[in-house]
Amino acid sequence: MSGNSDDYEAAQKSPASETVAAFSERKGALARLQHALHVNPALIPLFVLVTSIVLFGLLLGTKFFSPFALTLILQQVQIVGIVAAAQSLVILTAGIDLSVGAIAVLSSVVMGQFTFRYGLPVEVAVTAGLIFGTLIGSMNGWLIAVMKLPPFIVTLGMWQIVLAANFLYSKNATIRSQDIEQQAPLLQFLGTTFKIGADVDGRGGATFTFGVIAMVLIFAVLSYILSQTAWGRHIYAVGDDPEAAQLSGVNVKRTLISVYAVTGFICAIAGWALIGRIGSVSPTSGQLLNIESITAVVIGGISLFGGRGSIMGPLFGALIVGVFTLGLRLAGADAQWTFLLIGALIIGAVAVDQWIRKVSA
Amino acid sequence: MKKLLIGTALAAITTAGSVMADGHAVSACLITKTDTNPFFVKMREGAEAAAAEAGITLRSYAGQVDGDHETQVAAIETCILDGASGILLTASDTSSIVGAVTQARDAGLLVIALDTPLDPIDAADATFATDNFLAGELIGQWAAAQLGDDAANARIALLDLAVSQPTVGVLRDQGFLQGFGIDLADPNVNGDEDDPRIVGNDVTAGNEEGGRKAMENLLAVDPSTNVVYTINEPAAAGAYEALKSIGRENDVLIVSVDGGCPGVQNIADGVIGATAQQYPLQMAALGIQAIASFAADGTLPENTEGKDFFDTGVALVTDQPADGVESISVAEGMALCWG
Repeated sequence: MSGNSDDYEAAQKSPASETVAAFSERKGALARLQHALHVNPALIPLFVLVTSIVLFGLLLGTKFFSPFALTLILQQVQIVGIVAAAQSLVILTAGIDLSVGAIAVLSSVVMGQFTFRYGLPVEVAVTAGLIFGTLIGSMNGWLIAVMKLPPFIVTLGMWQIVLAANFLYSKNATIRSQDIEQQAPLLQFLGTTFKIGADVDGRGGATFTFGVIAMVLIFAVLSYILSQTAWGRHIYAVGDDPEAAQLSGVNVKRTLISVYAVTGFICAIAGWALIGRIGSVSPTSGQLLNIESITAVVIGGISLFGGRGSIMGPLFGALIVGVFTLGLRLAGADAQWTFLLIGALIIGAVAVDQWIRKVSA
Repeated sequence: MKKLLIGTALAAITTAGSVMADGHAVSACLITKTDTNPFFVKMREGAEAAAAEAGITLRSYAGQVDGDHETQVAAIETCILDGASGILLTASDTSSIVGAVTQARDAGLLVIALDTPLDPIDAADATFATDNFLAGELIGQWAAAQLGDDAANARIALLDLAVSQPTVGVLRDQGFLQGFGIDLADPNVNGDEDDPRIVGNDVTAGNEEGGRKAMENLLAVDPSTNVVYTINEPAAAGAYEALKSIGRENDVLIVSVDGGCPGVQNIADGVIGATAQQYPLQMAALGIQAIASFAADGTLPENTEGKDFFDTGVALVTDQPADGVESISVAEGMALCWG
């Protein structure tokens, strides 16, 4: 202080105010880490992802640490990744969606059956599948927002209804890859692959599919929407405290319905990508997508209690599962080790979430 | 509640006895693993057709998912209460179900295991099934014959059913290896062989998705894999997609088991080299006939000579017959296919 009480500029630069700005540093490194994680919840899954890639890379060498193997992981997680993006939106509102996998599968079956059973143009069939997924999602949202039923119960019921409808409607019949390729290649569009750096025979190199690109795009778009648009901020607000959100002018019902509708739409895209990945339209696919997507979201650091977490986290979460699965497989470990480690990661992720939560308490 | 149930069950069993003695309409139950697998859908159709022909009332039950043991036990209890003459059962849990099956047999019902033998096999009155080991052996012999001298340097990927190694998955896998000429080590266990030609085992859950992922994993282990055994045709279709994505679909031999119509069509299209076809309609029809004759005069079904079950037959389907391996053509396979 200069001693002149009128010198406001000097007062601004005073050591006192600097101390206030540096307040959190006094708490030590652990607290700073806690704060950093509070601000960037995707840091931990990113760290785990990079560490596991490095570890498996050291352990397995080029067999794992090659463009081919690393992009293979992307291909293997693309469906779970897309569904996890959808699941994240719901979990951010403090909800949960158990019907995601069933919506994805039924949407793919609708796309296939509309083309092959009714002979509709494939563009119409794909659009119908996407609309169908959106409608089921909206129905979930309406039951939750307007009828005030718990998300867990609504989507548990919808899961069973949609899955049963899937088997009844498809008559359990698979539409073969070869028929789709000949008559309706658009259904397999998201399975289209392109390579970078392959040898002359087209082997090795980084291999991408349009489904992988779609997954990355979905995460990028959602990341923008969640951080830059009013709707995105409303989702966080509703998940954190719906009453406070309502009082501050957020239309909670409309936000919830739209979130579940968008979730249904994204799941339908996952269904489309599923046809690309497995070639055929098979009503028995995707049975575990609900659990796998929740796993990716939790490992990705989005709080199951709603309102907190970064959308990029679940992408890392899905990739961590993919890295573990392929890495352990290449290392010759029994498949059960993968489940064991994933289970430990889930519990660890929730523990970290609770710990970070203390910073805001 | 439990007492009430047991009381009701006893009452129903006694009335059931008198119903049978009176010679009223015969009824039978079909209990399958799921309602969603085309194999079991066909089995039910076969049973319904045979039952209608024999004038038997048929009630069908199924687990919600493969492995749903609880629902199957409840179904057996319902059949006992219902006074059925016999049960056709495809067990999800082959040893745990034995208690419920014993209960049914004690109540005077004929229990026939279809497709999946119980553990022990004589826990049921009879077993009508495909010889799964033989099915595997046929595709193994065929694959070895196709490769000729190259069989000595083959790189084999084994795409199995599940981590828990259910009997059907072990029998087919081990049959294939035996047919191919590989030492089995323990024939009751998958994956304990030390033949250097084996790239590895992975599991598929018997669907396209699992088949693709397992194939990708094993290709990452050894990209020069050139022979692929698959537990069934959906897994084979998934494996084909994985091979196609790296441009190797034409230089890898895929063999499978089942004989469903999409699978047989896939042989015509060159996706699968050969498959061993089984006959679920036949299993179910024969099962219904056995229940009919048991209800009529107490006749018990007999086993195929030299086996501890009734063999409903298996045939190798391929358009590239190999010397010394009996097979039928794709056209014949299409005529007999299901699903």
